[in-house]
Order: sequence, then structure tokens, then C-alpha cells
Amino acid sequence: MQQTDNKELIKFVEKMPAFPKSVQRVVQLTSNINAPAKEIVRVIESDPVMTVKILKVINSAFYGLPKKITSIQRAVVHMGLNTIKNLALSVAAMGVLKPTNQANFNTQDFLLHSLTTASICRLLAEKLNVKGSECSDFFVAGLIHDFGKIVFAEFDPDNFKLALEKSAEQNIPLHQAETEFMGINHAQVGKMLAEKWELDPVLIEAIEHHHDNSNEQRLTACIAIANQVSKKLQFGFSGNGVVEESPSEIMPYFEVTLDDLIISLGDLSAIKSEALSFINS
Amino acid sequence: MKFKFWGVRGSISTPGPATVKYGGNTTCIEIRTNNNELIILDAGTGIHPLGQELLKQLPVTAHIFITHTHWDHIQGLPFFSPIFIPGNNINIYGGLDPVTNEGIERALGVQLQYSYFPIREAELNAKIVYNTIKPEHSIVVAGATITPILLSHPVLNFGYRVDCDGQSIFFTGDYEPIFNIYEPDDSEYQEYQSFIDQKQQEIALAIKGVDALIIDSSYTTEEYTAKKGWGHGTYGSAIKIANAAQVKKLFFTHHEPTRTDNQLDKIYQQLIKKNPNLEYEIVLAKEGIDFFI
Repeated sequence: MQQTDNKELIKFVEKMPAFPKSVQRVVQLTSNINAPAKEIVRVIESDPVMTVKILKVINSAFYGLPKKITSIQRAVVHMGLNTIKNLALSVAAMGVLKPTNQANFNTQDFLLHSLTTASICRLLAEKLNVKGSECSDFFVAGLIHDFGKIVFAEFDPDNFKLALEKSAEQNIPLHQAETEFMGINHAQVGKMLAEKWELDPVLIEAIEHHHDNSNEQRLTACIAIANQVSKKLQFGFSGNGVVEESPSEIMPYFEVTLDDLIISLGDLSAIKSEALSFINS
Repeated sequence: MKFKFWGVRGSISTPGPATVKYGGNTTCIEIRTNNNELIILDAGTGIHPLGQELLKQLPVTAHIFITHTHWDHIQGLPFFSPIFIPGNNINIYGGLDPVTNEGIERALGVQLQYSYFPIREAELNAKIVYNTIKPEHSIVVAGATITPILLSHPVLNFGYRVDCDGQSIFFTGDYEPIFNIYEPDDSEYQEYQSFIDQKQQEIALAIKGVDALIIDSSYTTEEYTAKKGWGHGTYGSAIKIANAAQVKKLFFTHHEPTRTDNQLDKIYQQLIKKNPNLEYEIVLAKEGIDFFI
């Protein structure tokens, strides 16, 4: 895409609504003065669009927070619940993301993939003994890593559809097909938006490199692996059927194969059912 | 530096015989530097009598810092007489609201509308300058360094640290110390608590060693149970912060609107009794008295 397209895309995403379930829950919860704060936080952090839009507002240089805010929980601690609640409500006021689109991209399956990747990413962080205060950053990275795809499905559905079809027919990674049809892939477009929105550089890097196999950053490595785990276990679907294992089949940081890692993580079905319960509640 | 409370009441002004001693105006604090330059913290109804006083000293240059834009902190602005007089310079400072994306001009603009007030903003004769400021970005005004710090309240709220003449004051605006939104057996509890601990340390550092901490202490600990999440602190939470920040003097303000003078006196006696070993003086904010630092 060209520079002018980027400007249009940024404008388009500004108006892009969030997922129907979270919009509905935000409206419900914000009409109840006694709604538990943790419920509101949970709803926001289960929606990649809502999460990214709130992070965007509070990280903007215009607003001027001295430190980047990387998760909704941190945002609540810094700004207070009511501000975050009202930001969520302003996102909800934009309407809801349609369940169907011209690209035939299934948004429910996408959401399930995003949510399970987020939870698995946090699990990997725990496995690496990441400091407790950083684990929610891993969750957020997992949640928003594929944000570019939902943008493609809405902004450029015809080409995205071609990319989805080619990826499925020829069993090639979706991001390669995207580059072929659109000249840019979802990781790059996600990075471009995250940069524009002045998100934390660590999150930007995780989005940009989540298909790379040799990530030096711990967060980026975890998100790349969590993505593959979620795909291998077929938790939802985000348009890419190809499970990319590193050439050596050895994961950075974990030093085992993907299969062995999955075994060592134990039963992950609870992650799927928890995500499903949110999507279908 | 010296300062004077012109409004000590929270939420709504409370004139009447039961509030004569401490005062019934909503929040306003006048700070005078050693050069007699004027800094005002918040513009509740207390800024009205302050404005009357200033009419004796025209022309006026005032720097008004708004902690947040709830009514009880801005309601006096349209009644601050110096804004109507040519030759006065009124500088208004405050944060950008992340929800509405409006700067501090909203504090006056929202009130000077046809339905609510007879005078339009364009008709104000003083020179009025709005300055939207950012958290933790200090600015130098009237020879004082003023640092806004984000403090938790149901709307964007800045606490202000004022450093001048080798002395310091911190005013919280309205502030409820953050509490954990999770239950101890929730998996998120510990992580969230670590965010809170970190934030509390940052706040203590921002307040560290001030000569005067003026803090929202609307409730008693007993009352707080029913008011959790409303955005205000308690006498107990104020003392906790003052201890952590090793302040030299602690002023309790934002008195609960139904609180009478007698009740405040009683609360004060209990606080003295309960906290015999404090290393600093505690004071109930009271309108009309100069406090010299």
C-alpha cells in the first residue's frame, strides 16, 4: 500500500468499531453503577479493538504520560477506573464490528485465536519466570498481534479474500499471500498502526516480528510461539492454517520442539473454553 | 511561601451556622510566593471571595491550576471578578481530558453558555490564557516550579507539587488511593497489587518531604466502606501517605459536605489520640487563615 493509502487506513481504523459481545457488555456494565471493576477490565481486555483503542488514547504524546501504558490493568491504576470505563464506552458508541465481511473472514474464530494466543502467551511468560508485573503485557501482545488482519478484512476485503484463499489452497503462510496481493502483510500494517498510536516499543516489535523465528526479545519470542501453539491446537482460526515451526524445530527461550512444548504446558483446553465462554456468553 | 484556604468543602458549598468555623466554600487555595506572586489551586466557590479581595490590588496576574473539572473545583471561575476587568492576566492550567480530548479551556467554556450564564467567553475583558499541561512535566510559573502528578479520581485529576523559595506544597485535588479490584484468590490479584504498589511509591516520591501536604480526606475509615470507589480518601489514608512521603505538615481538606464544625473538631481529637507519635503536625483545613511555611 502507498503512503496515501496508509493515511486513509489510519482514518478508517479510527472509526472501526469493536466486537459485538464486548460492546454489548460494556454498555450493560456501564449502566450499572455497582458493576464490579474487574468485570469491566475483563471485557475490555478480551477485545483486541477496544484494547488497542484505549492504549492508543492514553499513550498519545498529546496526552503526555511519561511512561508507556501496556495493559488495561495498568491503565486503570494510572487513570482510574472511571476514565477507562468512559473510554470503553466511547469505543462502544462507534457501533459493532459486523460478524460477516466481504473477505469471508470469520471474526468469531479470529477472536478465539486472539484470546487463546493471549492466554498462552501469558502462560509462556510464567514458564519463563517473567516478573508478575509484566505478565499482563504478554497477554496484551497476544491479544493484538493479529490486529492487522481484522483491519485488512474491513479496509481491503477483496484483496484480503484473495490472500486468504491462496493461503488455504496452496498451504502457504497467510502473511506471504498478503504481501503478494496487497504489498504489505498484517504484521507490518499492525506495526505501522501501533507506531502511529505510539504504543510501547516492546509491543510494536512483538506485533512486527510475530512471524519471525529468531526473536531475541523475550516477549516477541513468546508471542511467536503462542501463536503457533494456538494454531496447532486449532483454537479458533485467523486465516492462516500453516503452523510455522522454526527450521531447527527448536524454540528460542524454550529449547524444545513445538510438540514437546505443548505437552509440557499440560491441558490447555481450559484456555479455549474460557475464551469461548466470553465470546458466546 | 504562604498559603490560605478560601474553600475547604467537598462536592457542594455548605453555608450555614454549622460550618462557620472551618468554612463552607468549595475548593480554592491561594498561594503567595515570597515575591507576592499569585498561584491559585482550584476554582471552587472559594475563588469568589478571593476575587473580591483581589479587586483591591488591581491589576491582577493570577495563575490558576485546576486539579480536575468536577463542579466543586471550577464552579467559582465565572464569579472570579478579575476575569471581567481589562488589564488583568488570568492564566488557567490543567490537563487534557483523555475521554473528551478537550484541554483545560473546557473548565470555563462549559460554564459560559447561554443557558447557564449570561456572559459569553468572548465578553470577558481580562486577558485569559489556557495552558494544557502534561503529567510529570514541570512548568515554571511565577518563579515556582509546578509539577502535575496523575492521581486517581473518577475523572482526570492532577495533584500539584509547588516548589518555590526553597519550600514546597503538594495539593492532591480529589484523590482516592487505588485499591485492588480483584479478590485475593483471583489469579490477577498479585499482579494488579504490584502495579498499585509501584504507583503508590511513585506518588510518595512525588510528595516526598514537602513542607505542606494538603490532601483529600473526605471520610472516616468507617464511612469509607460505603463510599469506596467514589474517588475520595480518608483521614487514615492521608496519614499513611504523609508517613510514606515524610511530609512536614499535613492538612486535611475536602471536608464532607454534611460534616459540621463540631463533628470536625471531634474527628480531629480522635485523630490526635489515635496517632500520638506522628512526626509532623496535622491540621484541619480552615478558610481565611494565612499559613506561613
